Amino acid sequence: MAMPRSYGGLSDYRTVPAPSFSPYSENGGSVVAVAGDDFAIIASDTRLSTGFQIYTRNQSKLFKLSDKTILGSTGCWCDVLSLTRLVQTRIKMYQYDHNKVMSTPAVAQMLSVLLYYKRFFPYYVANILAGIDDNGKGVVYSYDPIGHHESSKFRAGGTAGALLQPLLDNQLGMLNQENVQDKTYTLEKAHAIVKDVFISAAERDIFTGDRISINIITKDGIREDSFELRKD
Amino acid sequence: MSILAYNGSAVIAMKGKDCVAIASDLRFGIQGQTVSTNFEKIFEMGPHLYIGLPGLTTDTFTVLNKLKFRANMFELKEDRKIAPDVFLSMVSNLLYERRFGPFFVEPIIAGLKPKTFEPFIASMDLLGCPNKPEDFVVAGTASEQLYGMCEALWEPDLSPEDLFETISQALVNACDRDALSGWGASVYIIEKDKVTHRRIKTRMD
Repeated sequence: MAMPRSYGGLSDYRTVPAPSFSPYSENGGSVVAVAGDDFAIIASDTRLSTGFQIYTRNQSKLFKLSDKTILGSTGCWCDVLSLTRLVQTRIKMYQYDHNKVMSTPAVAQMLSVLLYYKRFFPYYVANILAGIDDNGKGVVYSYDPIGHHESSKFRAGGTAGALLQPLLDNQLGMLNQENVQDKTYTLEKAHAIVKDVFISAAERDIFTGDRISINIITKDGIREDSFELRKD
Repeated sequence: MSILAYNGSAVIAMKGKDCVAIASDLRFGIQGQTVSTNFEKIFEMGPHLYIGLPGLTTDTFTVLNKLKFRANMFELKEDRKIAPDVFLSMVSNLLYERRFGPFFVEPIIAGLKPKTFEPFIASMDLLGCPNKPEDFVVAGTASEQLYGMCEALWEPDLSPEDLFETISQALVNACDRDALSGWGASVYIIEKDKVTHRRIKTRMD
């Protein structure tokens, strides 16, 4: 039976709905990772912002997970912190259980599982994982917010991902270039291109800038580097 | 998704030394479905004057026809060809007349000024707000990718040959990372005494 409709009764007066709570925010930032034969480079900008306001010019988005694995994570900063803390905890638990350091491919698979665990209330993050695998080869994994992932030679993510990726395709993947004999690249070349693409992105993306923090992973360990970007 | 991204497109123009270049992709689609792979979005409006009209294709043609009419009327009244900067004002005015019910196109103009043959490029948003930078302009669904490419590849005072290489690489690599544009490209290099039109082969997916 249909409910009787009231006209002009008390039930017609309703309170104005309050603006609903939004659980996500966009805090910007970009990450680029490049894998080579015996190295991996991962870099992020250090600007943390919300809309037109900058929280800080000095917040790296790279998280060291082990001596051979680094996670770059951007998006909703509170989710980044929650997720990376969970990942770091689970890596410790693995170490205590199995008495060995988790390999990069194992971390990659675990991160996917952790993201998918929150399939219907996801972490709002763009993840890129870089490291060297058990054979000493550089590897890069990229993720969507619910854990779909892919292994590739190079990847750009975050707010300037669309600006950075075609440049990497062209300069590192040598796509659309004629008479290319050698598609491999040295650490020095990858390092220089990472700097170049960030300079380009900082020109046009307001969420990317201030500085880039670069981590170079080799079998000897992790080397850190920094490079200034425009600050406006 | 925005109606500006309904058909998909990528258009770009660049300044060089005594030359300008304008280029576009050749795809015409309806959202994900590709309808034609031989669809020019760049049109000649004068001897050294070209316009690219990316955006909603139906408006591309409406705006093009209205512009041809107004440019022809200008030539008849003034008894001279229209100059790029004047043409920019004309396009801007046409679009702003529809301020509250706009044409969904983001025009790009490239040409050489009469007499001096000084390079000229300009872009507009769909309401007609003009933008006249010193380096390059981009528009369409691949605009973010194009900005990234151009910021790295472009340099001042490129020769016509180098300008062709630069604009082609920028366009093709940008289109390859955009699902709605690509399927071949068309490049115009405009110099004082010649205009070179080339079709470029690209990956077709």
